[in-house]
Amino acid sequence: MLDVSDLHAYYGKSHILHGVNMRVGASEIVSLLGRNGAGRSTTIKAVMGQVDKTGSVRFKGSEIGGLPAYKVARCGLGYVPESREIFPTLTVRQNLLLGQKSTGQKGRWSMEDMFRLFPVLRERAEAPAGVMSGGEQQMLTLCRTLMGDPDLVMIDEPTEGLAPKIVELVARLFDEMKNRGLSILLVEQKLTIALKICQRLYVMGHGQIVFEGTPEALLANEQIRKEWLEV
Amino acid sequence: MEFFVVQLLNSLSYGLLLFMLSSGLTLIFSMMGVLNFAHASFYMLGAYFAYQISQHIGFWPALVLAPLLVGVLGAATERWGLRTAHKYGHVAELLFTFGLFYLIEEVVHLIWGRAPVDYRIPAALDFSAFTIFSTSYPAYRVFMMVMSVVMLLSLYLLLTRTRIGLIIQASLSHPHMVEALGHNVPRVFMLVFGGGCALAGLAGVIGGNAFVTEPGMAAAVGTIVFVVVVFGGMGSLAGAFIASLFFGAVQTFSVALDHSLAGLLESLGVALDTSSGWYDVLSLSIAQMAPVLPYLLMVLMLVFRPMGLLGTRET
Ligand SMILES: Nc1ncnc2c1ncn2[C@@H]1O[C@H](COP(=O)(O)OP(=O)(O)OP(=O)(O)O)[C@@H](O)[C@H]1O
Ligand SMILES: [Mg+2]
Repeated sequence: MLDVSDLHAYYGKSHILHGVNMRVGASEIVSLLGRNGAGRSTTIKAVMGQVDKTGSVRFKGSEIGGLPAYKVARCGLGYVPESREIFPTLTVRQNLLLGQKSTGQKGRWSMEDMFRLFPVLRERAEAPAGVMSGGEQQMLTLCRTLMGDPDLVMIDEPTEGLAPKIVELVARLFDEMKNRGLSILLVEQKLTIALKICQRLYVMGHGQIVFEGTPEALLANEQIRKEWLEV
Repeated sequence: MEFFVVQLLNSLSYGLLLFMLSSGLTLIFSMMGVLNFAHASFYMLGAYFAYQISQHIGFWPALVLAPLLVGVLGAATERWGLRTAHKYGHVAELLFTFGLFYLIEEVVHLIWGRAPVDYRIPAALDFSAFTIFSTSYPAYRVFMMVMSVVMLLSLYLLLTRTRIGLIIQASLSHPHMVEALGHNVPRVFMLVFGGGCALAGLAGVIGGNAFVTEPGMAAAVGTIVFVVVVFGGMGSLAGAFIASLFFGAVQTFSVALDHSLAGLLESLGVALDTSSGWYDVLSLSIAQMAPVLPYLLMVLMLVFRPMGLLGTRET
């Protein structure tokens, strides 16, 4: 479904990614792991068309590497950034509506689904999103992207700084996404939920993929974990 | 009292006109992060276009056509100028708008000359609307106020009640996120820039004949609009609104008042040494100080509250 090959990315003159190769299949959940500064966020921003890059990015069989971000999104790629970036002055409902690519876009997810999964969003529907807690904002960001009915969602550190209870809610949403046939590329630092839900994973270090395999294979490989994951 | 009421109405109509300019400027700034030095040049173009069009087919068509033309020109400027400059950072953008300011001024010199043009209030609006005590108040000033209020109300409704308005509001905080959700943000930028220019153009159409249409008008109005936006807080529409009305009043009232500090002190019974150098400073009237007053207020604001009245940015 998503095929990234020989991806190099740059912020101005600094060369951050050095030939990343990665793929995510249909209805597959894949994790991208690594330490702070490894280049994980840069990878998904590059796929999204938001940083300067060279190399090839293919999605559903066609090259999307040269497209502006809004066209990439319209191909069916969803992006949930680590900084959340909710629209603080707009209400929760308006935030969700802006997730749709056009008025009344129909897809796998309705506003009602979101409210059912996260009742707190229904309670706060008419409140400005900026006054919500960090955890509530994270749910809103995820739901907002789903409202656009993506086929593959790239999610950047969704559980960072969240209470265990909310992490559980988020994990439940991932299950629901899986049931509805979505693919997920999950960026994480901690192994906990990543290992539980993903089928395959990549470990990244210094802008390159240093390990590829199943969760079991990673658990068995202590050397990789020591060198590239544990702090 | 009579003086006060008339001046108050004048400052209101001038303040609303300023807001038609400062609202666009501040919206463009908060969305794209670029301070458009040439914003008032589009105000000037609005006035000149309206003058030219009304020569041929009259004021009413000009009222519609001139702002549209300016808006299209503004959108084209964003699409084929600013967007390219943007790739090279904010300094390049700033220099671009700086160059544009002088370019437009020179083009106006070339086409219409250096002297003011005879752009007049249409005869249909050249009468007295009502009389306050013994002063008759011109209908055109009332028309200006009505036009501004109608435009600004529509702008408000557009921003808060429509989908494109929501996209614009969202782009004020996180343009990259809005784009990642599948919205064509570059086009939204172009529309906002064009819309801001059209609004400035409209201000030129209705202000150019009430005041004067000449090549210096962009620089004169531009600096005041700049002061308004900085004073109100860069990027804040509410701040720009308050500051526009405030500077409308400051400018209107200050030129008409010949009170001075010396006069005030003397009326309080303080004996002043008329031969000292300080006496000359103290006896400067408010009217004499009027040209520096806005800049003085802006500098004071920047010293005591750098983010401006309602601004949130530190810059
Ligand atoms: N906007 C930027 N300008 C310049 N360098 C950047 C920028 N963003 C990130 N970098 C650099 O790129 C490298 C990779 O950053 P990236 O954000 O992709 O890391 P990450 O793996 O997501 O880790 P984390 O999110 O924990 O910081 C880092 O060295 C970082 O300093
Ligand atoms: Mg990151």
